[in-house]
Amino acid sequence: MTNENLIEYIYGIADNSLILGQRISELCGHGPTLETDIAMTNIALDLLGQTRSYYQYVAELSKSDITEDDVAFLRTEREYKNVLLVEQPNTDFAYVITRQYFFDVFHFMLLKELENSKNVNFQAIAKKSLKEVSYHKRFSGDWLKRLGDGTEESKNKAQKAVNDLWVYTNELFQMTSNDKIIAEAGYGVNTEDLKAEYYNAIKALLKEATLDIPEVEYFQKGGKDGIHTEHMGYILSDMQYMQRTYPDMKW
Amino acid sequence: MTDQADIATELYDILKSVPDPEIPVLSIIDLGVVRSAKLLENKVAKVDITPTYSGCPAMDVIGDDIKTELQKHGYTPQVKLILSPAWTTDWMTEEGKQALKEYGIAPPMDATSDKDALLGNKRVIPCPQCDSKNTRLVSQFASTACKAMFKCEDCEETFDYFKCLI
Repeated sequence: MTNENLIEYIYGIADNSLILGQRISELCGHGPTLETDIAMTNIALDLLGQTRSYYQYVAELSKSDITEDDVAFLRTEREYKNVLLVEQPNTDFAYVITRQYFFDVFHFMLLKELENSKNVNFQAIAKKSLKEVSYHKRFSGDWLKRLGDGTEESKNKAQKAVNDLWVYTNELFQMTSNDKIIAEAGYGVNTEDLKAEYYNAIKALLKEATLDIPEVEYFQKGGKDGIHTEHMGYILSDMQYMQRTYPDMKW
Repeated sequence: MTDQADIATELYDILKSVPDPEIPVLSIIDLGVVRSAKLLENKVAKVDITPTYSGCPAMDVIGDDIKTELQKHGYTPQVKLILSPAWTTDWMTEEGKQALKEYGIAPPMDATSDKDALLGNKRVIPCPQCDSKNTRLVSQFASTACKAMFKCEDCEETFDYFKCLI
């Protein structure tokens, strides 16, 4: 296991938080109510804060003289290893909540395992993040129940979001060859082991939300290998604009 | 207790005078973000701070404020951000909790009461204005990530509750 292996692994985890954090940030000032707007931006802030901790560690591991900002803002699309789920657009509030819930349940389980990593940096970041993610999961889960078991319109919208986003859930558990190296070294997590528990958890909540569980034969993948949906380019052009236009700018 | 902050006596008062930028009635010592402060040779003061929440935007300001204050007293500051062990509301001092209440923010409660309140099961968070426990959750997230919003049904005031993080 080399530092490059480790960096690649960190991208697989941290890029999810970065891209989802960026996606939710788009809602700042556009949430359906003031309270949900503030809640979503708080979640975005947590995710971006966690991303910083990971990228600072990447900068430390890297042989070249890079900073956390370079890692966040100056990679090309193929170099981002986030799953396709987190880059899906904020179609409506039901999509935002469903995407969040599908991710939060996985995120919580992943961090719970990463807490026991042999790598002390992973341990520290996981312990810190877990406290935050338990709030995220509660927020998104509560809202999904409310939308599903709400009015006819909210139910229809929630069901559509669940049906459309379901195809992106399986990728969360895909193990790349690099993931396997890190997991075998006791640093990373074998996400395949989390899959059964994950689907049990989200199916139970969907049932409580009186929503149907989609029957899907195939699942989308590609993000973990850097092959993204068409949405990713738009996210990056927005997110990277300042750094590319004014190179090396700082706050 | 290993979680106890280790702060050199000479530096204590200086650090105690640095306020949290978002809740200025609370000193960073009372908030529990200063984990260690050591005095090294040549008046070098080495201070370790830990964030309340990962994305807490106050951390950069807190770091700068510590440096400024230490320099004023003739020290050469070295401020480091550490993540482990992770911050918990248990590190907030009693004095800090009292200051929060007087400022109009309900201080963090024990974990069980906190969960009951945030899940909307029980009404247990006392209103910082009138002390009534007849309060209800408005939103799990409020003006900052570390707070939730409640409303008192008796005096009808909305207020922030500092969430329990353990």
